[in-house]
Amino acid sequence: MPETETAKPLPVVPFLKIPEGGEPYLEGYKCGHCGEIFLGQRLVCAACGTRGQMQAVKLADKGKLYNFTVVHRNFPGVPVPFISAIVDLDGGGTVKGNLVDMVPSPEAIKFDMPVNVVFRDAGRKDKDGNSYLAYFFTPAT
Amino acid sequence: MTEVYVVGVDMIKFGRFPDRTVPSLGAEAALMALDDAGLTLKDMQALYCGNLGEAGAMVGQRVLREIGQTGIPVVNVANACATGATAFREGFAAIKAGMYDVVLCVGVEQMGKGLLGGGGGGAGIPIEGLLGSGTMPSVFAHVGMEHTRKYGTTFEQFAKVSVKNHHHSTLNPKAMYQIETPLQEVMGAEMISYPNTKLMCSVNVDGSAAAVLVSESAAKRLGLMSRAVRVRASAMTSDPYTPRNLVMPDFNAVTRLAAKDAYEQAGLGPEDVNLVELHDCFATAEIVHYENLGLCADGEGGRLIDTGETALGGRVPVNVSGGLLSKGHPLGATGIANIYEVTTHLRGEAGKRQVEGAKIGLTHVVGMGSACAIHVLEKVN
Repeated sequence: MPETETAKPLPVVPFLKIPEGGEPYLEGYKCGHCGEIFLGQRLVCAACGTRGQMQAVKLADKGKLYNFTVVHRNFPGVPVPFISAIVDLDGGGTVKGNLVDMVPSPEAIKFDMPVNVVFRDAGRKDKDGNSYLAYFFTPAT
Repeated sequence: MTEVYVVGVDMIKFGRFPDRTVPSLGAEAALMALDDAGLTLKDMQALYCGNLGEAGAMVGQRVLREIGQTGIPVVNVANACATGATAFREGFAAIKAGMYDVVLCVGVEQMGKGLLGGGGGGAGIPIEGLLGSGTMPSVFAHVGMEHTRKYGTTFEQFAKVSVKNHHHSTLNPKAMYQIETPLQEVMGAEMISYPNTKLMCSVNVDGSAAAVLVSESAAKRLGLMSRAVRVRASAMTSDPYTPRNLVMPDFNAVTRLAAKDAYEQAGLGPEDVNLVELHDCFATAEIVHYENLGLCADGEGGRLIDTGETALGGRVPVNVSGGLLSKGHPLGATGIANIYEVTTHLRGEAGKRQVEGAKIGLTHVVGMGSACAIHVLEKVN
């Protein structure tokens, strides 16, 4: 059998970048006119409508928890409970993801708590057996 | 431009009808609305049909195959949970424009059980539960938690919405459920996405509703003014850009924009509204929409549910039908079912749940993606 374990993981979403020989990061696009930052590539700014001014930017790997919910019911095969979190990244950009490495209890989770963005194996493979790299949030202590 | 009137409106009792078809459900409501108006399909000059689940499958034409193929134009509409209201608004707009003076609007949906949303995303693997949650209970949990973040709104306050709307539905024979759900039962039900428990999620049901709209001259010509209800405003918006909107859908801005337009069109304010049917797809949503619709000041939504001002008998009863939480939420039918509820009160025909003396009513739906539709209805006689 061919050995496939050394195959590079794929990014779980297009705005997760895995540079050759570098650390993964989340990519945003910033409007040169109004300064709004979006996840992923786009041609026109949704905030101000300016064309041709969107520039790729590397988003921060730290941020603050804006919003969360603890999810107890999900589709079959999805481990519950988990924390669905919305994080405002330092320097701009808002991302939704799972907040991990802490108790999924509303009492334990604080609005505006500082978090780190970490990159780990998604724990799910596609039908061809490919591995994926995903991003998660962890409490910053 | 002519005034536009609702002269016939009805809905089937919402429920689960797996042996029926979408067109047969739509046809049933269509015939009920025609009967309510005392008109026939031959009087209709166009059909506006809202449905989401079979949006690609000519539902309006299939409804006509059930009740009469008169050859009238049919417009099929899909606009998420604003689908029914959008069909209604298209009929309204056509009469306003003078294209027709008698039209039929139908909203219909047949649904399975279980979670909605949470699809899409990643390159090759599902991202639900991996990159947060996009299920509807989670999306609207985030909506509620944003209110909690800003104003300290509690789990208990959100739960009280469900207690109220389930209570209201005990007075509505067309609601899916007629069951009281005390606070402890709501809060103790299975947690779906905090703070929304199972009893704080709207019910996926099958349903249909229909309305006959006419111009002023047609209402007079047909002798239908005695039970007519005037459509005083029809507002629709898409989501304006707000920070985080693309990651966490912002149902507040889209509603506020529509509310502003609706009140301006109607030439009145929220203080003039006697009853409201708003989009309580989850208990958390109702509280934020109190503020979005101007029923109270920002930050006062939790207090409004605590004081009972939005319960039947209160200052501005909200969702006396039982709301989506207990009447049920057949996506494409909901917008017209709201019109049915408010019209019934303005006609003074709502029986045990009648809002006494109601002269002005407001309906609101919001579809994720997003679309908001608000109608203001006025008693004529």
